[in-house]
Amino acid sequence: MIEVNNLHKSFGDVEILKGISTTFDKGKTNLIIGQSGSGKTVFLKCLLGLFDYEEGTISYDGKIFSLLSEDEKRNLRAKIGMVFQGSALFDSMTIAQNVMFPLQMFTKQSKSEMEDRVDFVLKRVNLDDAHKKMPSEASGGMQKRVAIARAIVNNPMYLFCDEPNSGLDPKTAIVIDNLIQEITDEYQITTVINSHDMNSVMEIGEKIVFLKNGLKAWEGSNETIFKTDNESVTDFVYSSNLFKKVRKMYIEENE
Amino acid sequence: MTYLHNIGAYFLMIVEMFRKPTKWTVMKQLILKDVDDLIIGSLGIVAFISFFVGGVVTIQTALNIDNPLIPKYLVGFATRQSIVLEFAPTFMSIIMAGKVGSFITSSIGTMRVTEQIDALEVMGINSLNYLVFPKFIALLLYPFVISIAMFLGILGGMAACVYGGFSTLEDYIVGIQTDFISFHVTYAFIKTFVFAFILATVPSFHGYYMKGGALEVGKASTTSFVWTSVLIILLNYLLTQMLLS
Repeated sequence: MIEVNNLHKSFGDVEILKGISTTFDKGKTNLIIGQSGSGKTVFLKCLLGLFDYEEGTISYDGKIFSLLSEDEKRNLRAKIGMVFQGSALFDSMTIAQNVMFPLQMFTKQSKSEMEDRVDFVLKRVNLDDAHKKMPSEASGGMQKRVAIARAIVNNPMYLFCDEPNSGLDPKTAIVIDNLIQEITDEYQITTVINSHDMNSVMEIGEKIVFLKNGLKAWEGSNETIFKTDNESVTDFVYSSNLFKKVRKMYIEENE
Repeated sequence: MTYLHNIGAYFLMIVEMFRKPTKWTVMKQLILKDVDDLIIGSLGIVAFISFFVGGVVTIQTALNIDNPLIPKYLVGFATRQSIVLEFAPTFMSIIMAGKVGSFITSSIGTMRVTEQIDALEVMGINSLNYLVFPKFIALLLYPFVISIAMFLGILGGMAACVYGGFSTLEDYIVGIQTDFISFHVTYAFIKTFVFAFILATVPSFHGYYMKGGALEVGKASTTSFVWTSVLIILLNYLLTQMLLS
């Protein structure tokens, strides 16, 4: 579980995060949603330790990140898997080498053990025959799946995904969403996804944190989001006519 | 203030580069790859430039010695001195700042833009050690490149001298052996090691700390070339003052 308490982050005089407190539960897909500029990416980068923050605490299973030594931070990071918005695959390595990289860095496994593990995770993300391809030869959806395979290859305790569906067609986006949820369930990982894809919110949002202007404006789940009367959330989530109709139907069905 | 900040950040980068080393099995592969990219990959252009510049130095020296009282072997002597003291260590380093330096800045800069460096950091890897240290080790072989530049420069001079009819082969060989001071070679290699350090770290600094997108990668490569060249020229002056005067 990840606990965030009163997190403040500024760039110069501009305060981006204005005291966010929330928790991200183990074995659940936790979504951070909000408009562009609401502070989602900054929040995620603070969670990952890529940005320092002025005030507040972030604790991973009770360990406060800012109080850890550099070595302890690096050890904790070895337990974190991250799927970047642009996948961030290493261009100079093949897909198999990309996935094998965390194993080479953090385990003492033999080459054959690492190869077996790479085969397993690539199969898990439905990429059985892409081992020798370079990232530049893979489609956007394939790159995202390779990034997921790389993130989970070392059995992480925490999985972070920054806009995992951006730039993908709706069908591939659903495949990626389902994959993340299955992996979260299967390995009981604490998963945090930064998204503004409404399909993801409805499909896999077991916990949803809505940010607005650097503040937590609402939190709930993909079930309670239908019933909420929080104006900020309804304005954002149900901004399209399609989702307005879906919401109306859902409420009518449940009355 | 920005310059002071950058100087501080550069030295902090160097300290961080030596901290928390990457696993040796991985580092070994990175070093071999960088030796291939930075050293082996530069031999062709170094050989080509050295041979022909050696020839040009010889022709110009020969053409400027028109006094019949000056012995012909001085052409070889002047070529050797120019190549060993300045051309091979200093001017070849400026050429390498363009070739190797731009490569380092653009490759690390692209990794920054595409979040590959963030990916390394999130994994708990010391990205500076992972990216810069192997380049520093690979460039410790840089004196080997400069030795080749010296040899080919003198060889190119010999070819131009003999086939251009400026002096005989015997005169040229006597010239390159005349008043040979072995410390001049030591001085050249001391400079080469210093320049190798600059070539590995300054372009890495500009790539690692760049901000923005593809356009900024190009700008960072240009800035890196300018600063690497400026530092090489300044350090060349300081080292020459300290070691030879």
